[in-house]
Amino acid sequence: MTETTVVNAAPEQETYKKRGQGKEIWRRFRRSKSAMLGLFILLTLIFLAIFAGVLTPYDPTEPDVPMRLMKPFVDSAHILGTDELGRDIFTRLCYGARISLAVGLIAVSISLVGGITLGSLAGYYGGTLDNVIMRFVDILMAIPSILLNISIVAAMGQGLQNVMIAIGISSMPGYCRIMRASILSLKDQEFIEASKAAGASDFHIIVHHIIPNCLAPLIVQATLRVGGSILACASLSFIGVGIVPPTPEWGAMLSTGRDFLRDAPHLTTIPGITIMLAVLCMNFIGDGLRDALDPKLKN
Amino acid sequence: MLKYIGKRLLMLIPVLLGVTVIVFTLMYITPGDPVDALLGDSATAEAREMLREQLGLNGGYFERLFRYIGNLLHGDMGISYATKQPVFTRLLETFPNTFKLALLGVTFSVVFGLTVGTISAVKQYSIFDYVFTFICMIGNAMSSFWLGLLLLLTFCLKLRWFPASGFSSPKHWILPAFTVGFHSAANIARMTRSSMLEVIRADYITTARAKGQKELAIVIKHALKNALIPVVTTIGMQFGALIGGSVLVESIFVVPGVGKMMVDSIKSRDYPVVQGGVLAIAFFFCIVNLIVDVLYAYIDPRIKAQYK
Repeated sequence: MTETTVVNAAPEQETYKKRGQGKEIWRRFRRSKSAMLGLFILLTLIFLAIFAGVLTPYDPTEPDVPMRLMKPFVDSAHILGTDELGRDIFTRLCYGARISLAVGLIAVSISLVGGITLGSLAGYYGGTLDNVIMRFVDILMAIPSILLNISIVAAMGQGLQNVMIAIGISSMPGYCRIMRASILSLKDQEFIEASKAAGASDFHIIVHHIIPNCLAPLIVQATLRVGGSILACASLSFIGVGIVPPTPEWGAMLSTGRDFLRDAPHLTTIPGITIMLAVLCMNFIGDGLRDALDPKLKN
Repeated sequence: MLKYIGKRLLMLIPVLLGVTVIVFTLMYITPGDPVDALLGDSATAEAREMLREQLGLNGGYFERLFRYIGNLLHGDMGISYATKQPVFTRLLETFPNTFKLALLGVTFSVVFGLTVGTISAVKQYSIFDYVFTFICMIGNAMSSFWLGLLLLLTFCLKLRWFPASGFSSPKHWILPAFTVGFHSAANIARMTRSSMLEVIRADYITTARAKGQKELAIVIKHALKNALIPVVTTIGMQFGALIGGSVLVESIFVVPGVGKMMVDSIKSRDYPVVQGGVLAIAFFFCIVNLIVDVLYAYIDPRIKAQYK
């Protein structure tokens, strides 16, 4: 009987502690006005992306040529105007939010997983493996990321999936370095030694003891990189190597708007503002998280 | 110091070799046979084989890789499929423009970033500080291609202050350089501000003030010099982003640089040119990083002392 109570008590204590920490971080995060503004913009974008089908009656790719190049804020049926093929710009922005948010999320996940794995291996095992991995990272870092993205997309072919992989690979080195540096500062600490003495495997030590201890800088970097990834995807589509038209991607929308710059500047301005807002909100959230997760700024 | 530079130059070799291998491999696995694209389906097998040999496309992966690296050491980067010119010649034509654009961009971003960052820190919480912090936030989130289009629309098409294309006078370079440098300027300003804020409350600044130093001398000689170390790192890191950004900006303002050449070549599947362009920019980027590290040692006597 006594045994069962002990076993039951442990997880309860743990969840209580975790919730406490989460609440504390949220309390500190909430204090930053810009972070809250960022969160609000992000939630709005998520809302638009999820309910795109319900919010507008139009199809994002179906042309409606008689209605082409309508100015914004003139007709309530097309609040943000229409593009060169008569497609409703608001509709395309909403559907585009799906793509941009997906790229941000998935590209960052790819680079996080890759970066954490490589960084952990390099930092934890050291020696030749460390040397090999870090030289590889140096090489990746020697190629400006947009060029690396272009080369990878050229090799694998255009399309959403390949764009995500390309952006994921090219932003991997950053996480790898953060992870390696954190591991180097942690691996000689006593709690790691204790865990080793208790017979834990390397995998267990890395996953359960090291990664949770270097999460803060990784989370901040990842949040900031979501904005960077959205921008990178838009850049690739802008130069015509990213997502193929007629998919409503923000960068591609901006790119086609170039030809109508003089007569219909809203074709470039509106997607431009949207991209900026999306990146800005992720930067705000990232900065807010950095302050909220920094124990030095607790009070 | 020379020993340090020599060591860094030696370390450059494996990195550049690695970059070459990666870029070569990516282009190697790129689908589509350039011979088909050049000759069409009707060509005879002999003609195809001849062209294949001519372009160095015969043989396996390693054979071609070693041949490419060997040729590279002789300054031979292959022949453009589209124009039949040697890639190296095309790079010689385009690279100076990219270099000029990057240099102008970085000069603008350093001057703007340092000035704004310093003033923002010295006048913390003033109107100036708020306005510029806001501009920097926007600059950080704004894509360079959109900024370029906005500037093109406002200053070339509407106000007609600047010519929209052509590069005969210095006036042509102002908008592209501003576009390329704006993002970096915002980052450098942010970094300078936070770095200055840390320094400006240090004891030696109070000492300098107590000695009756002029405020300007305190800010520039005592504070800024010490705040520069993290800023130089940021400038170095921004350089890469800036060169990358020039790829986009060149195609907006029709600058005949490496970036525009590469973007055009991707569209026409002219891969030797893309490969050459990426390599040239990566080489340049590595050299810039080396210069930044040497500068770093020059600014920070603690690092300099290690290499004496």
